[in-house]
Amino acid sequence: MLFLRQVLTITAKDLRSELRTKEALNASLAFALVILLLFSFAFDANPEMMREISGGLLWLAFAFAGALILNRSFARELVNDCLDALISSPVPGAALFLGKVLANYVLLLGIEVVCLPIFGVFYNVRWAQQPLWLALVLILATWGVCVVGTIFSALTVNLRLRELMLPMLVYPMLIPCLMAAMMLTTPLLAGQPIEGDLFAWLRLLVGFDIIFTSLAVVLIDTVLIG
Amino acid sequence: MREKTLYGLGALAIALLTHNIWKMLVNLPDEAFQGAIFRIIFFHVPAAFTCFTCFLVSLIAGISYLKTRDLKWDALGVSTTEVGLAFGAANLLTGMIWARIIWGIWWTWDWRLTSMLICWLLYGGYLVLRRAIEEPTERARLSAVMSILSFSVVPFVFFSIKWFRTQHPQPVLYGEGKMDSGYRAMLFGNWVPILMIAIVLVAVRMMQERRQREVDALRRSAHAF
Repeated sequence: MLFLRQVLTITAKDLRSELRTKEALNASLAFALVILLLFSFAFDANPEMMREISGGLLWLAFAFAGALILNRSFARELVNDCLDALISSPVPGAALFLGKVLANYVLLLGIEVVCLPIFGVFYNVRWAQQPLWLALVLILATWGVCVVGTIFSALTVNLRLRELMLPMLVYPMLIPCLMAAMMLTTPLLAGQPIEGDLFAWLRLLVGFDIIFTSLAVVLIDTVLIG
Repeated sequence: MREKTLYGLGALAIALLTHNIWKMLVNLPDEAFQGAIFRIIFFHVPAAFTCFTCFLVSLIAGISYLKTRDLKWDALGVSTTEVGLAFGAANLLTGMIWARIIWGIWWTWDWRLTSMLICWLLYGGYLVLRRAIEEPTERARLSAVMSILSFSVVPFVFFSIKWFRTQHPQPVLYGEGKMDSGYRAMLFGNWVPILMIAIVLVAVRMMQERRQREVDALRRSAHAF
């Protein structure tokens, strides 16, 4: 119980400071919209084309937007040595980590929920035909992105060129998760439910989330403290 | 003494490799469907085996470093990763040459090819990460973590092959695949010298790491005066 309260305290702290300054949120949302706009120049957005690539487009935009949020997650604590204060506080490393993951998760899910209808309007996609399945895929894949992204945010926080290192290390690591999300989202946006072979991708997402959440919780003390 | 053993092992490996190449070109007949180019498999597959052996050792070295905090494990980790990347590149390049002749294209986004490229990029990230950290113990700690995380992606990348029909030839060594016994003997026979070369390279690279640490220590004590 205490652990859960510690996690939620960290989440609340992060969300509060983010919602007051909105520095990562605004940048990330604007970036996602710019990417969605840029895609329109890359190809002719006719319905057949969109049926094939809509999932890929969306998740690329989400992954790019996510990197901006994840970059700030631990970098925010560098000013005034807040990170040292957090590490020396009674909160265990795992609670600190999960709290931050949860805060990033809420922010990124928020951005995705805002982007989806805009994407639907811009590219003439009726995205809400399978709302429950789509919600499940967003929930699972965004968790994967946030868990891997947050541990790398902690890993790269003290490095030179931090903003460059994070995406360079995170994206290859996220490929299984992003690929599964893309494969599932494309048929869902076209109105087909998840069935048959597609369940394999859902299993991959669940497996990815479980394995990386446990690995990250085990390794976070090594990353933060030494 | 140790260096002489190493160079001896290297020389032996090269002699074996020359012997194998001679046998491949002179004794082994062309494959019925592919012609002469099929011989590239004797380098392509052992390079992949060697690459993954290296990454596995790198994982073990990473875990051992975090347990013991002994920098020799870090030296083993970086050496095996670098050598593994070199053999991974050899695997990709030989595969591309074969594909150009048999399929007529250098590259296709086939799952087997893509997954190997992803592995290669992941471990490439490990080396870039090392470059960005100055302090040796911090570098060792964070790269051990990176090595563990990278290796945990590898199974995902490889097991998802089962869910696709790939353009890459199906496995010939296990499962339903069949391979002529002469070819099979040559394939494993050629893995021996290639693995020996990898061991020599790892050992040389580890010596470099050790000397690098000695130089750094000398430089620090010189600054102290």
